[in-house]
Amino acid sequence: MKIIQSTIIVEHVQNLCIQACCVLPADVIKSYEKAKNNETNNIAIEVLDQLMDNASLGEKELIPVCQDTGMVVVFVTMGNQVQIKGMSITKAINQGVANGYKKGYLRKSVVNDPLLRENTNDNTPAIIYYDMVEGDILTIDVLPKGFGSENMSAIKMLKPTDGIKAVKDFLIETVKMAGPNACPPFFIGIGLGGTMDKAAVLSKKALLRKANSIHENKFYQQLESDLLEEVNKIPFGPAGFKGKTTAFNVFIEAYPTHIAGFPMAITICCHSYRHKGITL
Amino acid sequence: MIKLSSPFSDVSTLSSGDKVLISGTILVGRDQAHLRMYEYFKIHHKLPVSVKDAAIYYAGPSPTKPNEIIGAIGPTTSSRMDKFTPLLLEQGLKVMIGKGKRSQVVIDSMIANKAIYIGVTGGVGALISKKIISQKIILYEDLQAEALREIVVEDFPGIVIIDAKGNNLYI
Repeated sequence: MKIIQSTIIVEHVQNLCIQACCVLPADVIKSYEKAKNNETNNIAIEVLDQLMDNASLGEKELIPVCQDTGMVVVFVTMGNQVQIKGMSITKAINQGVANGYKKGYLRKSVVNDPLLRENTNDNTPAIIYYDMVEGDILTIDVLPKGFGSENMSAIKMLKPTDGIKAVKDFLIETVKMAGPNACPPFFIGIGLGGTMDKAAVLSKKALLRKANSIHENKFYQQLESDLLEEVNKIPFGPAGFKGKTTAFNVFIEAYPTHIAGFPMAITICCHSYRHKGITL
Repeated sequence: MIKLSSPFSDVSTLSSGDKVLISGTILVGRDQAHLRMYEYFKIHHKLPVSVKDAAIYYAGPSPTKPNEIIGAIGPTTSSRMDKFTPLLLEQGLKVMIGKGKRSQVVIDSMIANKAIYIGVTGGVGALISKKIISQKIILYEDLQAEALREIVVEDFPGIVIIDAKGNNLYI
């Protein structure tokens, strides 16, 4: 049995929030560079330069790369040989979020109720998903989700016989709706299968992958690449000022589903592809 | 690159696609501040602040670190302000700064009131914070990040998306 004090989790989540919001991963910066080399429109190149300058500034001065430091989505993978002492893990994660958003000067964007809309002042609660597995592993992935792009995310219940064409059509329709509103170039998470809610969670989980990483399954590797090509035929380009790069990546997570259904969810993530994780 | 400074009395000569550097005083406000100004107008038949020849930047900054002027402050999605915008344009607002599409109702009102819409790269809030010389909250302090602010900017970079004739850079 591995015993972990809850205060350790609080501290890690606090740091993950600050790091995720202020320091973009090296693989994301590499995507910006690669896109810059591929663009011919001067404005597109300028925007990609701005993204790189902005990322350097965020890292150097530890200021958030974007003022929308999001609502925090957390994925926890926890083994049955792990025991948390002190607070519950949910309480510890929320405490870590509250501390991180205060100490890191991150924007508190969460309101207590969708209609009453009173700010909770510490950016809690986080949206937490638990995956219970065997062993003594504890992994915490933090994904601060901005709402400029979240507002352009979408879900649809496709028909079981619709196939790949329907997947492509719904993706293109969603990207066209998102356009310049959601800060392209995008990282697009797609959840296929499960139930309606499962597809939505999968579309978020897909956004934990490294920029430019390829799917481990050959079929989905090809599908991701085909869909990305289709998306980049829409010439929104960086910031929507026209160009060749409308999305950097399309990431798919699939799951078993029902004979009568084919849920599909799309989470649009802006170019600030922020996520950070730790394994204890 | 075209230099643009406050007050913004005549912006009708600018064209969609023009790159601009904005200097001077601009308002900063987003969803809740717009809603409150709109509700105020319904009762008092005037706005709580003058927007004549003004510019408004749709943004809500992250908290200011010690010894800094302001936190990260990139643009938010402009279309959420569309339902309140014609009123502000009728009251003399000349420049809107944000990101993303605008409705046809807003574009028609821009043409009627000779106003322009300037786009800023979204998601580069750290970079933009360095273009701001000073800031103060002028209304709705309780809204914190969403309070109505007045900021002074120097060489704040943007690009005219929609001009006063209704030409639109976005596809």
